[in-house]
Amino acid sequence: MNRDNDKGKVLLRRTAMVTVAAVFLLFGLIFRLYYLQVYQGDKYKMMADENRISSRVLVPPRGTIYDRNGEVLAANEQNFQALIVAEQTPDLEKTLKRFNQIIPLSADEKEKIKKDIHHNKKFVPVKIKDNLSWEKVSALLLDAPYLPGVFISEGLNRTYPLGEYTTHFLGYVGAVSEADAKDDPLLMVPGFKIGKSGLEKIFEKELRGKAGDVKLEVNAYGRIMKEIERDKGTPGKDLHLTIDSRLQKFAQDAFGDNSGAAVVLDVHSGEILAFVSVPSFDPNLFTTGISHKDWNALLENERHPLTNKAVSGQYSPGSTFKIVVALAALEAGVIDLNTTFTCSGSMPLGNHVFHCWRHWGHGKQNVVEALKNSCDIFFYEVALELGIEKIAAMARQLGMGHKTGISLDNERSGLIPDSEWKMKKYGEKWQQGESVIAGIGQGYVLATPLQLAVMVSRVVNGGYDIKPTFMKLSLKDKGYIKKLPISRKNIDIVKKGMFEVVNGERGTASAARFNLNGIKMGGKTGTTQVRRISMEERKSGIIKDEDLPWRLRNHALFIGYAPQDNPHYAVAVVVEHGSSGSGVAAPIASKILQEALRLDIK
Amino acid sequence: MYKYYEAGFKSRNLSLKEKFFNINFGYVFCIILLAIIGTVSLYSAANGNWSPWAYKQLVRFCVALGLMFFMALIDVKIYLKYSYIAYFLVLLLLIAVEVGGHVGMGAQRWIDLKVFKLQPSELMKIAMVMALAKYFHGCTLSKIESVRGIVAPILMVLFPAALIVIQPDLGTALMLLFTTMVIFFAVGVQWWKFALLGGAGIVFAPIAWHFLHDYQKNRVLTFLDPERDPLGSGYHIIQSKIALGSGGVFGKGFLNGTQSHLNFLPEKHTDFIFTMFSEEFGMIGGTLLILINLVIIVYGYMFAFRTTSYFGKLVIIGLNTNYFMYIFINIAMVLGLLPVVGIPLPLISYGGTVMLSVMASFGIILCMDVNRHLNLGRSSFDDN
Repeated sequence: MNRDNDKGKVLLRRTAMVTVAAVFLLFGLIFRLYYLQVYQGDKYKMMADENRISSRVLVPPRGTIYDRNGEVLAANEQNFQALIVAEQTPDLEKTLKRFNQIIPLSADEKEKIKKDIHHNKKFVPVKIKDNLSWEKVSALLLDAPYLPGVFISEGLNRTYPLGEYTTHFLGYVGAVSEADAKDDPLLMVPGFKIGKSGLEKIFEKELRGKAGDVKLEVNAYGRIMKEIERDKGTPGKDLHLTIDSRLQKFAQDAFGDNSGAAVVLDVHSGEILAFVSVPSFDPNLFTTGISHKDWNALLENERHPLTNKAVSGQYSPGSTFKIVVALAALEAGVIDLNTTFTCSGSMPLGNHVFHCWRHWGHGKQNVVEALKNSCDIFFYEVALELGIEKIAAMARQLGMGHKTGISLDNERSGLIPDSEWKMKKYGEKWQQGESVIAGIGQGYVLATPLQLAVMVSRVVNGGYDIKPTFMKLSLKDKGYIKKLPISRKNIDIVKKGMFEVVNGERGTASAARFNLNGIKMGGKTGTTQVRRISMEERKSGIIKDEDLPWRLRNHALFIGYAPQDNPHYAVAVVVEHGSSGSGVAAPIASKILQEALRLDIK
Repeated sequence: MYKYYEAGFKSRNLSLKEKFFNINFGYVFCIILLAIIGTVSLYSAANGNWSPWAYKQLVRFCVALGLMFFMALIDVKIYLKYSYIAYFLVLLLLIAVEVGGHVGMGAQRWIDLKVFKLQPSELMKIAMVMALAKYFHGCTLSKIESVRGIVAPILMVLFPAALIVIQPDLGTALMLLFTTMVIFFAVGVQWWKFALLGGAGIVFAPIAWHFLHDYQKNRVLTFLDPERDPLGSGYHIIQSKIALGSGGVFGKGFLNGTQSHLNFLPEKHTDFIFTMFSEEFGMIGGTLLILINLVIIVYGYMFAFRTTSYFGKLVIIGLNTNYFMYIFINIAMVLGLLPVVGIPLPLISYGGTVMLSVMASFGIILCMDVNRHLNLGRSSFDDN
């Protein structure tokens, strides 16, 4: 009985210990609860929000691009897409079959849809087809009862209403590539497009706008439960360009089947009124995804539609360069209005003979006559006396030999050679013969059509340092245009020569002359060899240009301006392998200037 | 050999009415309170719906409450008389599931009785306590303190525990072992024997580790470092801590637990229901839930103190400790203090078997308390 008591006492004592331990442990749980919910509560609240809140980027509409008259050059077009939500369609095969009856799907498209559905959660919409016309959308909506899970969503596509007329300066938009910097959340949005070339690329930041975002509550599987908050973002800024789309279209059409480039500038501001490079291509092909066939056709075309010839085509300026040489010589005092040289058709120098384009010569010529007739011998002599350095200095003042600052892709700087350049490049001394060739804009000298337009503008505006631009200049901007140190008197002499080219008797471009209520144009032709003419060929008779294959024919150039007294417009036209500056380039330039005058662009 | 502790009570012949009014209704109130919290939680777990869980759980509880009263009001002597028989029957059932049990939840734990699925391991927790209580009831202290005296009960424990481990249901097996260890401790097995067991445990742990299933090893490793596999096995515990912590002091409000309702929290209607409750009702709610259980457990040990018979005391201590194990392991698990072992929170988590076994336990505890003045003979049941 005593032991029994002990047994009971032991049990009581031990049970008391167990009770204390149990209470102690349960309070331990309460303490842990305090630690997690109060002490670390904020940390876990943040983690819970990270779990449940998913931010989606809202894409702002891209800025519209207008021409100087408010006509739309680049806009956003509604793009209708047909999407399907797998979990809402009981029989996917049947639904797609029905869809196929309304809008045919290729085998590739069908495969892609099935793959996308397989790779995504059942409630994620998968694209069936996009860029649907409104008619197709209505047809789909009409059939909606038989298309469970199919719905239409609208997005924005970039469109270029003028198509190939604006390609070479607007550029186009395309998908974000690996190389693009990823500093904007918009760039991560699937299907987002950014400017890939042209002004679309240069003004990408302004046009794009700022991303908005919407905070959504999602569950553990990513399904959206509700919207929590929304920030609309900022739409992209609109651009107003200096281009006049009427002149742009006219100028591009004026080329017909020819390939080449033309630039029309306002000579006082440098505003670009037309900017042509032909052949062109339709940039809308790129926004909706270009087919392999179309892309290859563009790549393989021998007329290089993908190249922006106005800034990346470098051509020998040929006789158009005589304006630079004449002005340089007048400024240097090497010649004046009365200085004459006699052209006999050729000029020997060392053991080489330089020919004038007119084999029988021009006779006695002063600078105005030499420009009018485009006499090579006069300019050989002048260049010889003047030397390359002075020619190069004048050419650079007039905007040649360096990039214009237009910042379009692949702009090339042209080339104005001098002795230093040659030493650096070839390690050889400059030869007098090379100055002679440079005097007629051949040899090393290269220029882009845009540079030629700038050059003629700077001459005819009285020597003002305008820079080509697509953006309208404010009055203040115009005030900053510098006067170049070129005398008015000499400019007038050169202008007189240019006037005579078109309006003088037997001027090289006299066929292109016009008279609109007394308003006339001035200019200068240029025809430049693409191939070398050998001595043998010269002896046996030079093959007529028309008989040569297209790619070996001469380039045809013309730079001009109008009106003759108070110039407003300047134009540079280059017709690739156009054979003759006077026969092909001058008429195009003439038509363009007439149209500009008729439009009276403000 | 009857003893009368209080005048007026005739332990021998308590009428059914007397027995009923002898039931501790404070204890019953706490149990009903838990069941209400459970129903409310399951209503929330189904995003504010009575189906599929809350309604069924409520009906089950009503049935289980009836069972509890039945267990509380039957003759206390029956428990002593049939303890061993019950133990052997349950042992047979355990062997039966091993041989041809129904495969559910990746482990053989059920016997399908069509009406409900019988989980013999749950029954074993009760039967084990009863059998051990009967054994120690018949022992002298010297026998308990001798090595010879504890060999038989140790075998009684190890055999079913081994069967449960190979089911495999490590959680239940460990719970059974912990509960029986508390019983061994309570009856007076010496400290040094526990120390020896602990030492042996440390030595044999690496060997035991070798025999664990991969998923069990993962659970332990994940518990030690949840970040080890944040999307796999660590996901549950990380999300549970986020849900709890984000609840703060006052909680996110009924039906407003984002972690629970957006499905970041797994198993929110079963093992992780405490997490959901504390996310919605905060530290206040969580603490209240723990305190209600604390009251139930302290009540239980108090009953043990005031019960006359050694058998009764030991039955209460065993069953109460078993209940404590459920509460502590489940909550410690969701709080990230123990590995995730798949122990539900009784009366709150959705599940019929645990509800029935826990309510039956409460019934037996109440029965012992109702008959607390009755002394029971040592060796065998003897009416004289």
